[in-house]
Amino acid sequence: MTMTAALATNDVAFDTSLVRADFPILSRQVRGRPLVYLDSAASAQKPRQVIDAERRLYEEEYANVHRGVHWLSQSATERFEEARDAVRRFINAAEEREVVFVRGGTEGINLVAQSWGRTNLEEGDRILISTLEHHANIVPWHLLAAERGLVVEAIPIFDDGQIDMDAYRRLLDRPVKLVALTQMSNALGVITPAAEMIRMAHDAGARVMLDSCQAISHGAVDVQALDCDFMVFSGHKIYGPTGIGVLYGKAELLESMPPWQGGGEMIARVTLERSTFKGIPHRFEAGTPAIAQAVGLKAAIDYVTALGMERIAEHEAMLHALAVERLSTIEGLTMFGSHPARAAIVSFNLDGIHPHDVGTIVDHEGVAVRVGHHCAQPLMDRFDVAATVRASFALYNTADEVDALVASLEEVRRLFS
Amino acid sequence: MMDDLRELYQEVILDHGRHPRNCRRVDDHSHAAEGDNPMCGDRLSVYLKIDEAGTIQDAAFEGRGCAISIASASIMTEMLPGLSEADARRLFDSFHLLVTGQDINESDADLDKLVVMSGVRNYPVRIKCATLAWHAMTAAMDGQATATTE
Repeated sequence: MTMTAALATNDVAFDTSLVRADFPILSRQVRGRPLVYLDSAASAQKPRQVIDAERRLYEEEYANVHRGVHWLSQSATERFEEARDAVRRFINAAEEREVVFVRGGTEGINLVAQSWGRTNLEEGDRILISTLEHHANIVPWHLLAAERGLVVEAIPIFDDGQIDMDAYRRLLDRPVKLVALTQMSNALGVITPAAEMIRMAHDAGARVMLDSCQAISHGAVDVQALDCDFMVFSGHKIYGPTGIGVLYGKAELLESMPPWQGGGEMIARVTLERSTFKGIPHRFEAGTPAIAQAVGLKAAIDYVTALGMERIAEHEAMLHALAVERLSTIEGLTMFGSHPARAAIVSFNLDGIHPHDVGTIVDHEGVAVRVGHHCAQPLMDRFDVAATVRASFALYNTADEVDALVASLEEVRRLFS
Repeated sequence: MMDDLRELYQEVILDHGRHPRNCRRVDDHSHAAEGDNPMCGDRLSVYLKIDEAGTIQDAAFEGRGCAISIASASIMTEMLPGLSEADARRLFDSFHLLVTGQDINESDADLDKLVVMSGVRNYPVRIKCATLAWHAMTAAMDGQATATTE
């Protein structure tokens, strides 16, 4: 029986051995040892259900969408639009048309910067970004700022990795047009008080671009409860395919925005002189979309929904607490981001040993961690480090894997002693 | 499997990584450049003092990096003094062959103590660490301010 089937029949406890059986890659050996995959924050592995959904579409129902009168095209279109509805329900968007399919979180933020930003921001306007942001929620605003003469200012954080709310309040004293904020730091795992920050931004007349790429797989993300104006996430971080992601935008905002890219699928009528455009969301989906990937994303959403986001969060909280406890016993280990509101990620360094060396050595034990700046260089600067070691946990990780991480770090210490 | 790792992290490399030689600024340098590895955020500055005859009189570096990049920079700066610019470039060429696992011919420069870096050839993602200081050296001689391993 699979884990999802077991959960459907009765209220069994979360059994990782059943869950792991759904993920073919987890049975791989690396350098003669079982793979210990602790890099899901970079990209999560895929369950059989997602792989099968893509294959089934290609084998049974594939054609281009939104254009054919033939049976296959209608069938593929239905699967594609079902995926949109699955996303809508998953993030609790009010309407399906508020869900725009994009390549990933990065493309979603660039779309907002180029479409909403170019029509709503003028020279001298202020944008706030937090020190926790991934480069994907920094660079698009830098590009726009350079083009438009905007002012980008940073919301500082405390040493524990949490937003300095007083400083944020002061930054909002003067007019701000947009707040670009992560819901969960990809480098530290710290969860920001997004709902409160969005409320404050709105009181100050600012819109909010919420980056939920990390948060999406670790707990329910409800865009209406959060009241964010825009939100993005990537399919591959929630056990879905690469090449598919979601931009959520409030309907009235999306309606007011011009197309970003032009092409097929997004037009109402084209003559040689001019083009008119479809309504939302199709206006923002030029060209043939990632059809199979959208269907795979729906399978991923169905998968985590069947397991239950709360159960997943509980399981990951157990692993996180265990990891923090065990890592604290390693001599010379410094953890970054000690704020209690955090999940699924531990970021640390070993005194006198560079993260790259740590990464290479633990890999020899079959342990896959991310080492580097995690596309968050301003955050690395904040902690005055070039890089950290990041272990991230997902629904398929086990307490034994935390032990394997700790043992591999002891190996690093031995080699460098 | 640990053999690859031991070959990579030889005692000499760990020693240079821990106690790098020539880790200082050369105030009267004639050439300098920064080496930047965008993948990991590591940065090294390399300083060269080259005399009018084109001979390297002094070489040093500053910065932060992993054991591999620091050891490579340390050994490099030990070997450069006394070499001409052309010799230094030839040494980098040979070193590059070594860390990428290619054949080194008799006509190539003598690698001498750099051979301890040969373990890098089993770790393709670490080649950029091993060559960071060398790219910075080349950039400095070319009059460029920065070198990137990308």
